Amino acid sequence: MNLQADPSKNGISETASVSDTESIVVRFAGDSGDGVQLLGGQFSQATALDHNSLATFPDFPAEIRAPTGTTYGVSAFQIKFGSREVKTSGDTPDVLVALNPAALKVNYKDVRTGGLIVLDTGSFTARNLKKAGFDVDPREDDTLGEYKTLEIDISTLTLEATKPFEVTQKEALRAKNMWTLGLVYWMYDRTTEATEKFIALKFGVNSPVANANIAALRAGHVYGETAEVSGDVQRTHVAEVEFAPGEYRLVTGAEALSWGLAAGCQLAGLDMTFCSYPITPSSPILHILSRLKNFGITTFQAEDEIAAACSAIGASYAGNMGITASSGPGIALKTEAIGLAISTELPLIIVDTQRAGPSTGLPTKTEQSDLFLTVWGRNGDAPMPVVSARSPSDCFDTAIEAVRLATKYMTPVFLLSDGYIANAAEPWLIPSLSDYEAFPVTHRTEPEGFLPFSRDEKTLARPWVKPGTPGLMHRIGGIEKADGTGNISYDPNNHQKMTNLRTAKIDGIAKDIPLQSVELGNETGGDLAVVGWGSTYGPINRAVANVLEAGLSVSHIHLRHVWPLPSNLIELLSKFDKVLVAEMNNGQLLTFLRSQTRQDIEGHLKVTGQPLTIREVEDAIKARVRN
Amino acid sequence: MNVQVEPAKLKAKDFASDQEVRWCPGCGDYAILKAVQVALAEMGAEPDNTVFVSGIGCAARFPYYMATYGFHTIHGRAPAVATGVKLANPDLDVWVVSGDGDALSIGGNHLLHVLRRNVDVQFLLFNNEIYGLTKGQYSPTSKVGQKSPSTPQGSIDAPVDACTFALGCNARFVARGIDIQAKNLGHIFKRARDHKGASFVEIIQNCIVFNDNAFAHFTEKSAAEDTQIHVVHGERLIFGAEGNKGLRIKPGAFELEVVTIGEGGVTEQDILFHDETNRVLAGLLVSMKPPEMPVALGVIYCDPAPSYEAAVREQVEAAKSKGLGDLDVLLRSGNTWTVT
Repeated sequence: MNLQADPSKNGISETASVSDTESIVVRFAGDSGDGVQLLGGQFSQATALDHNSLATFPDFPAEIRAPTGTTYGVSAFQIKFGSREVKTSGDTPDVLVALNPAALKVNYKDVRTGGLIVLDTGSFTARNLKKAGFDVDPREDDTLGEYKTLEIDISTLTLEATKPFEVTQKEALRAKNMWTLGLVYWMYDRTTEATEKFIALKFGVNSPVANANIAALRAGHVYGETAEVSGDVQRTHVAEVEFAPGEYRLVTGAEALSWGLAAGCQLAGLDMTFCSYPITPSSPILHILSRLKNFGITTFQAEDEIAAACSAIGASYAGNMGITASSGPGIALKTEAIGLAISTELPLIIVDTQRAGPSTGLPTKTEQSDLFLTVWGRNGDAPMPVVSARSPSDCFDTAIEAVRLATKYMTPVFLLSDGYIANAAEPWLIPSLSDYEAFPVTHRTEPEGFLPFSRDEKTLARPWVKPGTPGLMHRIGGIEKADGTGNISYDPNNHQKMTNLRTAKIDGIAKDIPLQSVELGNETGGDLAVVGWGSTYGPINRAVANVLEAGLSVSHIHLRHVWPLPSNLIELLSKFDKVLVAEMNNGQLLTFLRSQTRQDIEGHLKVTGQPLTIREVEDAIKARVRN
Repeated sequence: MNVQVEPAKLKAKDFASDQEVRWCPGCGDYAILKAVQVALAEMGAEPDNTVFVSGIGCAARFPYYMATYGFHTIHGRAPAVATGVKLANPDLDVWVVSGDGDALSIGGNHLLHVLRRNVDVQFLLFNNEIYGLTKGQYSPTSKVGQKSPSTPQGSIDAPVDACTFALGCNARFVARGIDIQAKNLGHIFKRARDHKGASFVEIIQNCIVFNDNAFAHFTEKSAAEDTQIHVVHGERLIFGAEGNKGLRIKPGAFELEVVTIGEGGVTEQDILFHDETNRVLAGLLVSMKPPEMPVALGVIYCDPAPSYEAAVREQVEAAKSKGLGDLDVLLRSGNTWTVT
């Protein structure tokens, strides 16, 4: 579907001048009840349909509906879109749309100097100003002196636009987000058509609420057109990106991860049993998979995190692909069960959608601070593979890789995402399942010579037997097992042997994963390698691209396999004079790599709950490398 | 080609694994193990279709001694693991073996949910009112005043009654037996296995090392007949060495009382019938304690309801019947665009 701007729609004439630009960052902000996330989602969809590259960053409070007008109730959605490949949701907004004083208060300082701030003056009451902590109306002093402002009484205009329809005042005011969206569509030369369809579908075709919202949307669009917008606001067109041919969609990390797990199970020939307990920001995976029962997927909302992990283990024991998902504190609770899966050598996938910690931390804010927890955080010598997704769409392939490793090596696997990746959306060249090599699983059925803890010579994996298979009855458990028979064994030498075997099995995976390559820069070395993992891929990659253009000798190395590490990584790092790890934690990959390489490695570390910016990574690079 | 041959009827010993049993000599667990093996043989259970899942504790070693499939998991979590097994394969005959600490302390939450969801497993709770494997600390079922390594001055925790807890969790099958009463246990196991849904069985079990004779006041042969009542659905609640004691609703009160037939004008007609589908009666029966009242044994409550994993399977099958999912179609659903 290709929705090109059609000037005949909504009475728009071609009179307004449209300028071209390479990329733009827009941030929408309002009360958590203002529908800002919906607004952002619709704008992203329209942007994608206009063939721009884009990346989004939904940033919302943990409270479902914090008291109206407060700064802690502000919900924001940032999007960067452009005519060249967009890799981050943008460092500094060019445009801020603030639907109330609190949204202005929280966000205006992030806007670039000279940027545009659109204000809903209808919400600038004395009460709201006070709630936001403004002593003086910021429109009346020099608070906003560095920016251009566009002051519109969006509330009143929305009420006027929706007057003809039988909706309550409350319902009418809720359409404020649609009026705003209409205006922003006009600003970026987009049509309202797709959103009109969406509204009709959401509220019911021709229902009063749908009609009111569509009217508000169109009113916002027409407002821009009818010269009521001052000359400060330039209508801007962002040209299409030259995407590779194929069919595209927008995808969030939670979607791609869920679908990747489903794809992995199909490639393995296994039914999925997904067991989870609600937690932010991991829950969307449960919601998405619970709608895919026609794929043979069973979802189970367990009584707690521990039960979620244990029931997934039970499902794997019975021959399905058991999967559980959570975030920081929930993962901590699953730790003992993960040890059981390691000890009994059963496949299991644990998705960790990381969030800021410790303890409850910042539930809706992003961080990548569970690396120690996933690589090292268990009692005993308990190694297991850890893989990490770099972007929303990359979750698909990473999830397939997790299923492959879990089933091939009979081991639990950590699949790392984070709050940013889970909620952010980006365009995705939709793959076909036939693009992927199948890795069908064979459950053992042959009784002859069966030992539950015998091992495949190549992978060191033990046989996977489904209970119900004639002649293969056996017992497994968390007590140390005798090599081969799996019977309880307290023999000291056996424990040494089994520990060595479990370690060797996971270490051996290093031979089965791609060698570490250099994302950008030079494979043969240079002044500096910037190493990252997870969702910092975008800002690091763009920052390195920028300094490469400036002639610096810098490379970007990005890890998908956090454990075991690619077998050539240590050698690769040694080719660089300096190594800089950039990550959203207090130095976890940094410490981890130092422990593995003994190389002098530095860190650019940030734990603000916000993604890294391109600028800060560039600065961190420039502080270490001279031209 | 396989020729279908009627398998030889298995004996109890065919359900015993080759592993040496490592419980203390004289432990009540031996008798329960034997009773389970006998019952499985009598029921014609198939070892390859039977799974024993356990947590941690003395009782939790049970699966190792069964020639079936077995999974010795982690402390308190056996009901969760068993739920996963049933979700993946509802056709398996799943037994959970647990102790009072495992089931009612660290695993209390999971026991609650496996019962209220009504997952089709047999849950055997070996209750010896003490922690055995950790060497004798008091348990959540220990009586107030229990002296133990962690309560030298006596326990001050009010104990939980296992069957009352189970009824409170909306269990649809609640039974109680005693380790040394093999025949009664065998009957209970059969009823539990036939019952579709979660079957909760409390087994009074003597820990010879740390809590010996904790139940002697009603398990001793000399006391048994006057302190135990073996309830049978549809029969009057009569017990006693003379067979002349019975339970009736105390006039003017909502409670049970023990009466003697032939005394004070009480006739057999005054004695209550056992109705195992009556939840209120079950609640009264399970909470009876000697010496005032006899201990209720047998199938105290059985009122089947749809089992959880069957309902889960039904939803999956219903979704599949509307057309199997196609991932390539799913990925292309919603708004997409094509670049040429």
